Amino acid sequence: MSRTTLDLWVGVFVVIGFGALLFLALRVGNFAAANFSETYSVRAQFDNIGGLKVRAPVKSAGVVVGRVADIRFDTQSYRAEVTFAMDARYEFPRDTIASILTSGLLGEQYIGLDPGADLDMLGNGDAIQITQSAVVLEKLIGQFMFDRAAEPAN
Amino acid sequence: MNGATTLLRRIGARVVEGVWRVGFAARFFMLVLLYSGQSLTRIHLTIREIYFSGVLSLLIIVVSGLFVGMVLGLQGYETLQRYGAAESLGVLVALSLARELGPVVAGLLFASRAGSAVTAEIGLMKTTEQLKAMDMMAVSPIARVVAPRFWGGVISMPLLVAIFSAMGVFGGWLIGVVFIGVDEGAFWSQMQAAVDFRYDIANGMIKSVVFAVAVSLIAVFEGYDCTPTAEGVSRAITRTVVSSALAILALDFVLTSFMFRG
Amino acid sequence: MGADVDNAFVSLEGVRFSYGDREILKGVDLSVRRGQVVAIMGGSGCGKTTLLRLIGGQLRASSGRIEVAGHDLSRLGRKGLYALRRRMGMLFQFGALFTDMSVFDNVAFPLREHTDLPAETIRDLVLMKLNAVGLRGAERLQPAELSGGMARRVALARAVALDPMLIMYDEPFAGLDPISLGVIGQLIRRLNDALGASSIMVTHDVHESLEIVDYIYFVADGRIVAQGTPDEIRASKDPFVHQFVYAEADGPVPFHYPAAPMGEHLLGRSTA
Repeated sequence: MSRTTLDLWVGVFVVIGFGALLFLALRVGNFAAANFSETYSVRAQFDNIGGLKVRAPVKSAGVVVGRVADIRFDTQSYRAEVTFAMDARYEFPRDTIASILTSGLLGEQYIGLDPGADLDMLGNGDAIQITQSAVVLEKLIGQFMFDRAAEPAN
Repeated sequence: MNGATTLLRRIGARVVEGVWRVGFAARFFMLVLLYSGQSLTRIHLTIREIYFSGVLSLLIIVVSGLFVGMVLGLQGYETLQRYGAAESLGVLVALSLARELGPVVAGLLFASRAGSAVTAEIGLMKTTEQLKAMDMMAVSPIARVVAPRFWGGVISMPLLVAIFSAMGVFGGWLIGVVFIGVDEGAFWSQMQAAVDFRYDIANGMIKSVVFAVAVSLIAVFEGYDCTPTAEGVSRAITRTVVSSALAILALDFVLTSFMFRG
Repeated sequence: MGADVDNAFVSLEGVRFSYGDREILKGVDLSVRRGQVVAIMGGSGCGKTTLLRLIGGQLRASSGRIEVAGHDLSRLGRKGLYALRRRMGMLFQFGALFTDMSVFDNVAFPLREHTDLPAETIRDLVLMKLNAVGLRGAERLQPAELSGGMARRVALARAVALDPMLIMYDEPFAGLDPISLGVIGQLIRRLNDALGASSIMVTHDVHESLEIVDYIYFVADGRIVAQGTPDEIRASKDPFVHQFVYAEADGPVPFHYPAAPMGEHLLGRSTA
């Protein structure tokens, strides 16, 4: 086989290989959507984060606006401190409420942001003050049972 | 007593020999890296090996990828539709391929198709004194024969893994969307929502690069180290396939435990 | 003649070599002058090929001194050794042609690796070398298509591609028919004289070698046991040389591998 045919085949092979990689990156994965080029970080403390995990989406009105970057336990307040990497294109008022929500009954947990009305916007390193913890199913059921028991029997 | 001593001695000898071989392979790896300059400056040497390892493995990779994806589509649909989650079929197919099946299955196929061929070629060159002849002509066989084959494998395999995974997703789509009738939009959008480029695809590619280095090194080492007889070459080929398979599976476990813990 | 060390191109003094505990060479002295064709002879497994590998620097002597073209091999590093090897050619037992290249590319290999000559010049040189071994017409063939004798002639052309000062032959006559054998023998002599090189030939083919060489060393049990010019060897009364030249089954080189007496062995008294 001559050098040129060989080169041609290898060229075709490399192009197909990179084409496959591109297909995986753009069509299968979310290379374009999920990697915010510029982010700013925002902190929030929760009493209970339930099953929230790093890399879980941060959504507002159903649109992904950031991702959970870090989860720590704060030894001062004995609460969970969650850091979000927010897409720099979206800004939120200071009095935004962060809540931990579940997609579907048993789905993954994510952060929902409800924008407030403050004129100041959250900047890099700021903390969200108002938070709502994850709904823990066992607690919810326990609460329900307790309420039923407390009701006067008719 | 005597039997126990013999047994212990045998175990000891095997361990010593094993350690010695690992050390020798590590030294050989350093030599290959050290003599890699020529594989890059005279790129056609490496291109030739990409042809033999990569292009000639293309057919088996494409066909296997397609079938693995189609099987995933069938089996995945069977299970998912019981929970009314047939739309997640794309997620299942793409994640299993990108994270595990792509690198592992393509790696195993590559080891038996291209790795064994490289071992056989180098082993035969050794048996027929071609390597010694080259050395006597003041041309380093490691620089001229071993390093290009090593780099050819290292470059080819990640590309083959990408092609395998892409074909697998295509196969899953073919079964799920075209034949079974899962909603096309949901298939792709759920997939895209769940598959993260950096976390799933990039980690899968890192795996494939690690496997490529391991398989290529084993292949060239076994060829270079073989006993220069017909029997020695055939044993070296067997060892290449077996050690590559074990190396891929063991490394896969280690890498998975580091990458996908969250 | 052989002891003329001062004028020697290759010289070995008290060279010893062992593989692990097994001592292959037990003190060898020999020398080759410029322009000479020297044969090293001996039975199979007596250390002849080891001797060649030592001179080529593929093995290192355990003790003693090996000098090639004024360089002490034990003092040369890898680079120095490779620089010296560019001026050496070696013909391996079965040619050792590169099976993935054509005849032309095989002969061109050393030229392409070591020179920056333009393709035209390389082509001319390769055709000249192939012409010298009578195989210019076979340039497009693959090594698999060659007969044993032709493969060895191509390998010879490749060995002399860079016009070496020293050519080494490892069993150049093994497995050849009488015609090819004569052809190779004549080529060895002609090429040596044309290049003004020195040649060392390891062989056990006595009659063919006696025709073409200038000097002969006999090796047995890791030592030089006899040496001389072809005429001296033919006339030699040395029992070893006599056994070798006249191919007798038993003599100083015993027919039997060392063993216990037959009777003991058969009765199973010997544990060896």
